[in-house]
Amino acid sequence: MELSGKNHFELFGLPVQFDIDLRSIGDRYLDLQRATHPDQFVAGTDQEQHLAVQQAAQVNDAYQTLKSPLKRAQYLLELNGTPLDDTDTQMDMMFLMQQMEMREALANVPDAEDPFSALDRIRGELKSDLDKITQAAAEQLSGDGDISSARESVKKMQFLFKVQQELDEMEQSLAEQL
Amino acid sequence: MALLQISEPGQSAAPHQQRLAVGIDLGTTNSLVASVRSGIAETLPDSDGEHLLSSIVRYLADASPVVGAEAKAAATTDPLNTIVSAKRFLGRGVDDIKTLGSRLPYEFVDADSGMPRLKTVAGVISPVEVSAEILKNLKKRAEDSLGGDLTGAVITVPAYFDDAQRQATKDAARLADLNVLRLLNEPTAAAVAYGLDKGSEGIIAVYDLGGGTFDISILRLNKGVFEVLATAGDSALGGDDMDRLIAECIMEQAGISDDADHQQLRRLMKVACDAKEILTDVEKTSFNIELEDGSFWEGEIDREQLHKLVDPLIRKSLIPCRRALSDAGVEKSEVLEVVLVGGSTRVPRVHELVGEFFEATPHSEIDPDRVVAIGASMQADVLVGNKPDSDMLLLDVIPLSLGLEMMGGLSEKIIPRNTTIPVARAQEFTTYKDGQTALAVHVVQGERELVSDCRSLARFELRGIPPMAAGAARIRVTFQVDADGLLSVTAKEQETGVESSVQVKPSYGLSDNEISSMIKDSMEHARDDMDARNLREQQVETDRVVEALQVALDADGDKLLNSEERAELDSAVVKVKEVRDGDDWQKLKEAVAALNRATTEFAARRMNASIQSALAGQSLDSLD
Repeated sequence: MELSGKNHFELFGLPVQFDIDLRSIGDRYLDLQRATHPDQFVAGTDQEQHLAVQQAAQVNDAYQTLKSPLKRAQYLLELNGTPLDDTDTQMDMMFLMQQMEMREALANVPDAEDPFSALDRIRGELKSDLDKITQAAAEQLSGDGDISSARESVKKMQFLFKVQQELDEMEQSLAEQL
Repeated sequence: MALLQISEPGQSAAPHQQRLAVGIDLGTTNSLVASVRSGIAETLPDSDGEHLLSSIVRYLADASPVVGAEAKAAATTDPLNTIVSAKRFLGRGVDDIKTLGSRLPYEFVDADSGMPRLKTVAGVISPVEVSAEILKNLKKRAEDSLGGDLTGAVITVPAYFDDAQRQATKDAARLADLNVLRLLNEPTAAAVAYGLDKGSEGIIAVYDLGGGTFDISILRLNKGVFEVLATAGDSALGGDDMDRLIAECIMEQAGISDDADHQQLRRLMKVACDAKEILTDVEKTSFNIELEDGSFWEGEIDREQLHKLVDPLIRKSLIPCRRALSDAGVEKSEVLEVVLVGGSTRVPRVHELVGEFFEATPHSEIDPDRVVAIGASMQADVLVGNKPDSDMLLLDVIPLSLGLEMMGGLSEKIIPRNTTIPVARAQEFTTYKDGQTALAVHVVQGERELVSDCRSLARFELRGIPPMAAGAARIRVTFQVDADGLLSVTAKEQETGVESSVQVKPSYGLSDNEISSMIKDSMEHARDDMDARNLREQQVETDRVVEALQVALDADGDKLLNSEERAELDSAVVKVKEVRDGDDWQKLKEAVAALNRATTEFAARRMNASIQSALAGQSLDSLD
């Protein structure tokens, strides 16, 4: 989906690496949208209009990828020629045990005396796990890092993001019952 | 900024040559047209000074249909031929319409293409044609009052409209011979009207309760950029539902049975709607209803009873509000302003409950009936190039997830809801049987896991896959959603390159053939000629393309093309100009297509240059 042969980092004028300045990509995103959005080409030739849809779509896709630590990490593995796929589910036992505990705690939330503070507790735990693993992934994905450990870390990130999603959904459904 | 000079073809208009562009709010109950004149965006009145056009069309046996007040006057006496709220049927199937309410007074005819038709004295009519009549009326109003042909229109749709409903709206515009610059989401249009008016920055929530649809959008305003963070809604919830509940309450009290005749039902809806409006200002109102036996029944309703009836509906609208906030990742306290849009927000109870929910006093300074059309006209003005210095940019989202049917009737989401458009996403699939040579692709829209709970958008087949072992073929399905929120899908087998693509023609839409024949029918009616119309359309398109290219060549031709390439494009333009003044529209169409092909490389180079200069501007900024 990369037009003009640029990957998402290059499109945003960034070096291909995990660490990026999140504040500046927001501004850059808007500048690139101004340059490529189909609204700028309403009076343009058909080719320009056609190209604008595709190019603005890549700008959107690149922005979503770059601003999410998980997607950025997955994308770096893809660029490296070592993408993760769904069949690769081998995980380290310790981590899996922790995950099961966290999910159990999450499942018990609706029965807790104060479900929202129970949710906050799990959220705090999740955040600290996620921060640690993201940091590890950042180092492993850097130039002299170890790709196979990077893959392990990114897999763990995927797991944790999934839990976070479930947590958000639970919070929403609890709020709706209020 | 240099960037704009390169990339903004709209700037081409000579300095004083303002193009005529309008914003059209095609509403369930009322429609409006607005335009920017001398820098001021305002709705345009008809010759009687009325701004609102009732979205009602009455079909007559041997005359052209009438639209607006005249049609409304006949709604109770001639209910079968007078189509009210046609927007609720756009892009819908007969089954959907049945769930909208059992008391619709029309005779539906099941058509082959899935979209229901209405039986009238003027023949069988589709909801798209009804909407086209309303658009034609507004187009004429605009051309009369602006004094010329329109370059184009921005037409608003509920943010929560799905692909089928958007496509149906665009088809209606085509029938009405309107050039659609953009389909714009109604709440986004309202945000533009408020945002440009007040120059506010930050997070705003737009609560839009119309006659038949409800939308909530959460936007971030920042330096002329209107970024929709999330949108949610209910495309079958609106003020009409309030009227119906009130009418049902009256029927119960008056002992009117469910199978009362159409005229009686229409009268009751009108009484209910009036009562709702009167209770905006007073505490209590009474009414007199004629019963079937000729006697009269007198009843009354007070504000408390009204609240009891409408509160559940308003609370229903708060569920999407919560979802939109959560999807946007925004807390209620971060919402700077809440804006009310749509005639139904005039009901004081809506004001009250929405204010309670967002813990803020909602804004309704701009007439909630007109604000959408006004915002749309502002975007139209920018899109046709009348405001070259504008830094306005609208970034919208798709309201509902798009997915494909997988084995077992499950939907696999390809593009999740609230993804910024335009967007393109691809996913690879494989075959499940040895030697399988075809793949059925079923595109659905919605959040539910089961395909049967989602809206079916389109089905197509990818054929000619060479026989391989199960799981060996790699079929890449690409979804592309353009800036109007319209989807196209392509499928390609990666090993062999076998390709299949569809511009999604929704299951409940009109086919291209149907549209062409409708245009033709209306031509015969007006004693016009199809070829003449095609030629005129093609000439307009030719002029647009030639002018756009000329502007591009003037700006960047010397920089980006060598003399040989330049000469090639110049001669392609000359060729097109030669054919343009002939009378063969098909030949002209081919010539323009050839010209377009010839500009591919030039367009790509300009796009790259524009991106480079956007980045260059950015790196300079970040240096200081």
